This record gives sequence, C-alpha cells and structure tokens, in this order.
Amino acid sequence: MSKTRKAIINEINGPVIKVRQAYGFSMNEMVVIGEEKLLGEVIELYGDQATIQVYEDTTGLKPGTSVHGQGLPLFTELGPGIVGHVFDGIQRPLSVMYQDSGPFIRRGKAGEALNRDKAWAFKPKTGSGERVSPGQVIGDVEETDRVVHRIMVPPNLSGRLLEIAPEGPYTIEEKIALLEDEKGETQEIKLYQKWPVRRIRPYQKRILPSEPLFTGQRVIDFFFPLAKGGTAAIPGGFGTGKTITQHQLSKWVDADIIVYIGCGERGNEMAGVLMDFPKLLDPRTGRPLIERTIFIANTSDMPVAAREASIYTGITIAEYYRDMGYHVALMADSTSRWAEALREIAGRMEEMPAEEGFPAYLASRLAEFYERAGAVITGGGETGSVSVIGAVSPPGSDFSEPVTQHTKRYVSTFWALDKELASARYFPAINYLDSYSGYVESVALWWKKKADFDWTDLRSQALAILKEDAKLMNIVKLIGEDALPGDQKVIFHGARLIKEDFLQQSAFDSVDTYSPAGKQVLMLRIILRFIERMKETVAAHRIPVYRIMEVPVLEEMERMKYTYKGDDLKPFKDILKRLEEEFDDLLKREA
Amino acid sequence: MPARTGLEYLGLVRVQGPLIFVKGIANIGFGEMAEVVTSEGEVRLGRVLSISDDLAVVEVFEGTAGLSGSESKVRFLGRPFEYRVSAEEVLGRIFDGLGRPLDGGPPPIAGQTRDINGLPINPVARVYPQDFIQTGISAIDGLNVLVRGQKLPIFSGSGLPHAQLSAQIVRQTRLLEKEERFAIVFAAMGTKHEEAQFFRNDFEESGSLKNVVMFLNLADDPSIERLITPRIALTVAEHLAFEEDMHVLVILTDMTNYCEALREVATSKGEVPSRKGYPGYLYSDLASIYERAGRIATAKGSITQIAILTMPDDDITHPIPDLTGYITEGQIVLDRGLFQKGIYPPINVLPSLSRLMSDGIGEGRTREDHQNLASQVYALYAQAKRVERLASIIGEEDLTGRDRLFLRFSNEFEGRFIKQGPYENRTIFETLDLGWELGMIFPSRDLTRVKPEEIQKYGKTTLFSQQK
Repeated sequence: MSKTRKAIINEINGPVIKVRQAYGFSMNEMVVIGEEKLLGEVIELYGDQATIQVYEDTTGLKPGTSVHGQGLPLFTELGPGIVGHVFDGIQRPLSVMYQDSGPFIRRGKAGEALNRDKAWAFKPKTGSGERVSPGQVIGDVEETDRVVHRIMVPPNLSGRLLEIAPEGPYTIEEKIALLEDEKGETQEIKLYQKWPVRRIRPYQKRILPSEPLFTGQRVIDFFFPLAKGGTAAIPGGFGTGKTITQHQLSKWVDADIIVYIGCGERGNEMAGVLMDFPKLLDPRTGRPLIERTIFIANTSDMPVAAREASIYTGITIAEYYRDMGYHVALMADSTSRWAEALREIAGRMEEMPAEEGFPAYLASRLAEFYERAGAVITGGGETGSVSVIGAVSPPGSDFSEPVTQHTKRYVSTFWALDKELASARYFPAINYLDSYSGYVESVALWWKKKADFDWTDLRSQALAILKEDAKLMNIVKLIGEDALPGDQKVIFHGARLIKEDFLQQSAFDSVDTYSPAGKQVLMLRIILRFIERMKETVAAHRIPVYRIMEVPVLEEMERMKYTYKGDDLKPFKDILKRLEEEFDDLLKREA
Repeated sequence: MPARTGLEYLGLVRVQGPLIFVKGIANIGFGEMAEVVTSEGEVRLGRVLSISDDLAVVEVFEGTAGLSGSESKVRFLGRPFEYRVSAEEVLGRIFDGLGRPLDGGPPPIAGQTRDINGLPINPVARVYPQDFIQTGISAIDGLNVLVRGQKLPIFSGSGLPHAQLSAQIVRQTRLLEKEERFAIVFAAMGTKHEEAQFFRNDFEESGSLKNVVMFLNLADDPSIERLITPRIALTVAEHLAFEEDMHVLVILTDMTNYCEALREVATSKGEVPSRKGYPGYLYSDLASIYERAGRIATAKGSITQIAILTMPDDDITHPIPDLTGYITEGQIVLDRGLFQKGIYPPINVLPSLSRLMSDGIGEGRTREDHQNLASQVYALYAQAKRVERLASIIGEEDLTGRDRLFLRFSNEFEGRFIKQGPYENRTIFETLDLGWELGMIFPSRDLTRVKPEEIQKYGKTTLFSQQK
C-alpha cells in the first residue's frame, strides 16, 4: 500500500486517544502506536485530528508518541488453521501467545492469526485456463478430520486461471494459483485471504431460511425453533442460564461450523469450554466437537476496544465458512458487553448519549450485526448459512432496557429467560409465555418429513394447555389447587406434566442433554395423550384427578427423558401402549 | 518511599473534588503515578487519569482538602502504581489502603515491584476450577458449592452478618488446608473500625494470623484510596498464588464503597453517567478486579475471591450487585427476612448460585447424589415458598395434605439445614444426609429430580437410622 503516514498523540483517555497531523488517515483504518506497536483503529476524523480506539492497555503511553497509519481497515485473516483454535477479539492466536509470553497477556505481543509454517495438503479442483468467478472453489484443504476447507477465489476477483498448483503441501503464504483478472493484470491466489471485519462478505443472493437449526433442546426445537440462517436472542439476568444455554447450543446444534464468541465474559467459564470441547463428541458424527468449533475469547478483563471488535471478527469468520457452502452457527455471549464497550468508548469520546448512556447509533449497529445472518446462495453457487444467537444481559433482569429492546427489533426468535424459573432450578429457564419464534411456519414442513407427525398440531395443543394453565395459576395462587373444578384440575396437572417431563431438560445428564427429533415428538405425544385420556376419564366417568395421578405409568413418564436416548423409539411406543392399558384398567376398576 | 525521579510542577490550574489539573506538562504517561506536595510539605499520592498535550488530570487518593492552587507541587514519577511483593515480607502484616505499614514494621523492600493493575490472564492459560472446598456450611457446601479459584461474592445488606459468615468460611476452610500452603489476603475498603477489628481478632483466635495479610482502608480513610486497595491486595495475592504456589483466599469488603469512590471520580471528571450515576465502564472496572481470581496452568496455587458487598436498600437489581453477578461465578445472597427469623447464616438459597458447582461435585469430588439432591431440594424449597404465600392468603387449615408437607419442609429446611452455629462445622456427608432426611418428608414418588437408585441408597438409610 501507500507509504505509511504518521500522526502525533495529543490526548489520552483510557482506550481512546486523539492524534493530530492525521493527514490522509481514513475511517476504520488500522494504526500502530509507538515503539510497542500497540494496535488501534481510527473511529473519528475531524480536520487534521483523528480519534483512535486502542485494542490494548494504554498505561504509560505519552502525548507526542507517533501513530502510523497502515492503509488497511481492521481485517481478519481467512484461511486454513482457524477451526479448533482460540483467538482474541482482534484475531490474535491466544494459544500461540501463551506459548510465547506466558499465562498473562502482555501488550504489543501480536502474533499472526494463522500459522505461517504449517503446510496444508492442497488438492486442486479446477484446471488452468478455466474462467473463475468470485467465491468459486478452486481447491480443497483438509482443515480438521471433519472440515474440508474450500479454497475460494477472493470476493473481488475474477478472470482466467493462468496456473494452479498441483496436489501437494503448501504453507499459506505460498501462491497456489495465478489469475489474469478482467483488466489483464496477473493476481496471486494463496491459501488465505484478508477481509475487513466491518464489511459483510458478498454472496449471490439471499434465500429464506426453511430448515430448522436443530438443537436437541426440546423447548427450543419444539416450541421456539430457530432456522438455519435465522437470528435469535437469549436475554436473561445473571444466573438464569444464558451461558449454559449457549454452551448447550454450541455443543449440539446441527451446524457444520460453530463460532463461539466469549465477549466480555468470565475467564473461568471460557476455561471450562476449552476443557470440555475437545472431550465432547458430536452426536451425529462421533467426532470431537472441537473439530468444528472456533473460539473468539475476549474476557471481561481483556481490553475493552478489542471486545467491541470481537463480534465483527467472529461474524466475518462465520461468513467465510458460509461462503464454502457450510451451515454456520454463531453464538455471541454477551452482546450486552459489546454494547457496553460501545458505550464506554462513546463516553470517552464525549459523545452525546441517548438512552442510559448508550450512544444513539446502538440500534443501527445491532441491526448491522444481526443482518449479517442469513441463508444465501454463495459465489460458488452453493447454499450456506450463518445463524446468529446473541445472549443479552439486561441489567436487573429488566427487559425494557435499550439493548434488549433494540435487539428484539432485529431478531426473529426470542428466548426469554426467567429468573423465577431459574431460582427453582427449572432449566432451561426459557419462559414459554414471553418467548416467540418467527420460523414456526418455515420449519413445519421439515418436521412433517422428519417425524411423520403433525408437529404444528402437537405444538399448538401443548402451548394452548400451557397458556390456560398460566391463567389458572393466578387463581391457584389465591385460593389453592383444591378449589378448581375437575376439568381445570386436568389442565393444571397436564401442564405440570408438560413442564416437568418435557420442557425441563438437564444439561448435565448424559442422556437428557440431547433429544433427537423422534424422541421429542413421541415424548410430547405420550404426555398429550395422557392429558386427553385424563380429560375424558374425568368428564365421562367422574373419576377424580388424584386417582388418575396414581397410575404407575406416570413414574415411567417422569423418567423417560433420562432413561432412553431416543435412537430407538420402541421404549416410547411401549410407554404409549402401557398408558392406554392402564387407563382402560382404571376405568374397568372404577366402573 | 519511591525514588525522586521525574519532573516537578508548581501550581494547579484547577482543583475539583478528588481531581487536580496540572498545566504545562511534558513527557507524562497515561496512568502514571504522581506525588502532590502540599504547601506544608505533606506528600500525597495520585494517578494520571487523562492527559493531553499540556494538561494532566490527576486523581489524588488522599483527597484534595487543604491543597493550595498556587503553592502545591506535583511530581510525576514516570511509572504506574507499583507494589513490592514478597511472601516473607507481607504475610502476618497489616498495611493501610495504599500498602504502607500500619503495624510499625518496615515497608516491603525485597522482592520485585509489580504494576498493581495486573495483566489479563490469557483464557487459554487458565485451569478450570474444580476442586471442592468444604466450608462446613450446609447452605454453601450442599447447594452453592465453593471451588478453589472461584470468585463467589456475598450479597449482603446493612446490619446482616456477612462479616461473621466470611470469617466462618475462612476459619473452617483453613482446617482442610493443613497440608498445603495457604494464605488469606484481606482488603478492607471503607470498612468500619469494629468490623476490621472483628476480622483481625478472628484470624488471631483461629491461629491463622501469620498467614494473613491485611490492607485496611477504613471508613474514615480517604475514599479515593479505595480504588487502589483491592488492586494492591490482588497483586500480592497473585504473587502468593502464582509464584509461591499457595492457595490464597482473598476477602474484599466492601465493594459498594469501592464503586462509590469510582463514581465520585467519574462525576468530578464530568463523565457521561450510565445507571444511577455510575460510570459506563463500571462493568469493565469491576471485571479488572474480579477476574483476578482463578488458577493458571503454570502454577500450583489458586486465588479464590470472596467479595462482600452491601446492596443499597437490599436491592439486588442495583448496578453494583447486578454487574457483580454478571462477572462473578455466582453469589451468596443474605436475606433480611431469614435474619429476622433468627436464622444464621441467613442465606437465601433461591437467588444464590454457584456457577462452578456442577463440575466441582459428584463422585470422586463430593458424592454421586450431590447434583440431583441439590436440584431436588431447590425444587422443593421453591415450591414450599409458593405454598407459604398461598397459606398466608387462605390460611393453613385450607391447605391440602401435600401442601402441609411443604410447610413442614420449609420450616425444617430453614431451621435445620440453613441454620447452624457460627462454630458448627459440618462435613459434606452430614450436609447431604441432612438434605436427604428433609427430602424424605415427602413420599419418594414426589422426588422426581433424584434417581430411584439414589433414593434406595441414601434416602432409605437415613430414615432407617432415624427410626433407630
């Protein structure tokens, strides 16, 4: 690029510095500060002055220090060597930093994101002389045992391949193809490319999400599903299980690639994830989950500006794998910490605040982020998707605060976590009355094909019972359960069965932690059938509810989620049969 | 104390609250330490908060009272706030909030100096905390387990016995650590004299004083000093844990006073406030303290943090407990209602939580039934509280038989499981057995969170022993 330009620091206020003589600096340009080479990014320009957010601690920095423009916006390196690795908010490789400089993060110790020395086995998939378009796959690299990394023509490039490297090992800096572009200039293609984090990666066209992002979590899959390429938010106060839910999803969703962003969260929690993932096996492939997971870890004690950048780094990586034709699921825990980083920096810049000190552009930044999700036809003509699941941490569990409210405007699925459920250790504490999903209709067809049963119908029946129960709860709170008439008692007990035997799911139980679709459908069928029979028994035969609640099959129903994995559905069908028999017996006895 | 290097400036252009503004400066770094010399020759410590070409804003830890605008001198020291760390020189000692000796002994002179702000721990280098610490307190060991390397704060209210509880934790966990090297780092921020004295006496009685280092900023000490106290304490703790391989328990009391000092500086500086006047970076600032807990792969030691904070007006949604809860790995919540019922420790287990519990318990750590039993007890107690509310409306007589069981459970749970003496030290097995005994108030078919085998093995034996 052009020769580096130099500016001089004239003000320092925490992670925000101001420089003068910033001639030729551009917005979002990356800069390097002083002899320690701290990284920063231009976030405001006025006259010859610029404001810069610094991605590292600024203690000891002095006015008069020089700042060098790099002529490039903040970018990510995209190539083999990302999957299975841990990066910080600006894609510095944390494992490499640990090896090089010990357990503490020292500033100015930037390593390169991708390993320069490792050779990857490249297999060409096109021949020289062929015309190629942006995003087209020209070869493959096996990145992990389960991820084939497609080497693509960079998004802004097209033309004729002059040369392509034969099969063999290559490092990422070696050229693997030469391309003559539309202007007749020769361009090198390597195993990696660079892309600015704040810009969405191009695709051919967007398509509507139609397949569920299956999670194995019953309350999500059955009641509030997310589609591949969709957006969801999980708001909840502390202790309501946001992080556990995010962990569960990143373990079990049926995506090809998981990007997990620990944004301003706890270090110990990240350590737990990093310990678990290499050991956990994917239920579908039997391979360690780490082989499809990418971690971005910018814990709360790491610099705040890098926290702001972390979700962009994460989503850019997600888009890159989407471009290969993969389904990618991105979890951001927590977007509130990201919003707070935004607020902190805006405050240091003395910007006029809008609600609760957040800058006025909070909503548009959230929109930009969530809109980078989607199902697309890629440049290479394949289908890929990025699904985004953002955790929100509302202060004092108050959902009326700005981050939750603005997030609600841009996501289609909302999983509201409930403090009261959580304190009774009722998990997942997703409130079935406040939550919603915009993908119910689009995924119904998938369920029909998959489970051979009317999912929509089961779902609405169960939800209707839960809604009616919520109304009854108000009465029960005042006058007690005994005062309810028989038919309402049925609803009350039936709803309890749905809540305890179906919706409640233990993340820590090795069987219950993941429920396949078939098991989910049968479990709910059993419960709904029980409620149906209970209804007719009470109505037609005047048998009191407490007598019905003594049938032995109930105990089996309570334990079915822990007992049967669901690969084989016979035990569930047996329970269904037993249920019918026991009701028949009951009627005979009472008659 | 420090070497006299750096430049000296005469006169302050402005004094505002705890801040002074110095003009005409050059070559001063952000976050650098400063010494402010009053016209009487008294030296106060300060730190550069923001800096531009020729103006520095300095917060003065000991306050600005009595500073003259024209005659005060400011010396910049060319380095951040540093503290000398060496185990031999700090253990068994008492220092003030800025780390100066209060016990008549010399200041630490050997050892290396460390920037008290510390460095973030690389998440890759962390070791996930999993070692169960037996505190001997049922409400904690049974339901909200503390593990080594965890940060578990106590959310308290004015007048509640958080000091007694944390002293009991220190006393009883200490017993188990006989074989290993342990230390207690105690940081008081705006704490009352009597409370600091209470801790000191308690450490003395239990014979752990030689393993304790205390940093005391008391209620009548300068408030801005409180911003420094926990950082010095944690710098010392990091040295003990990560270089001397000790298991360190850090007690920080009271974080509410710390946050108020932070707010004072922020408002003086004219920063944009967020909730309740606290600065927008309160979360990041608290995290820079709380995250200095844990274990790392390169050392055998650990830092376990128990921060105490009093919730203003017992409000758990107040920004201080709220943001703390988002950073720490759970919280122990003290409850005025239980306290008024005469229950010690008045731990309300429903809003309390330990996030590291599930991995710190179970077979080989505590007992196989621990997780399920805890979940069961929680569910029963939550339901019991609902029944209590119902009973207060319709009266106990109109409750069903099952509901009356819940009332009985609630009474026994609070009166026998939660309640215990300040010197009563229960083993984890006693705690779990007690949990089973209370659970078995209900017929086993109501215990849906535990496995039938567990009821067989643990539930029945307790009943049996009771009958005997």
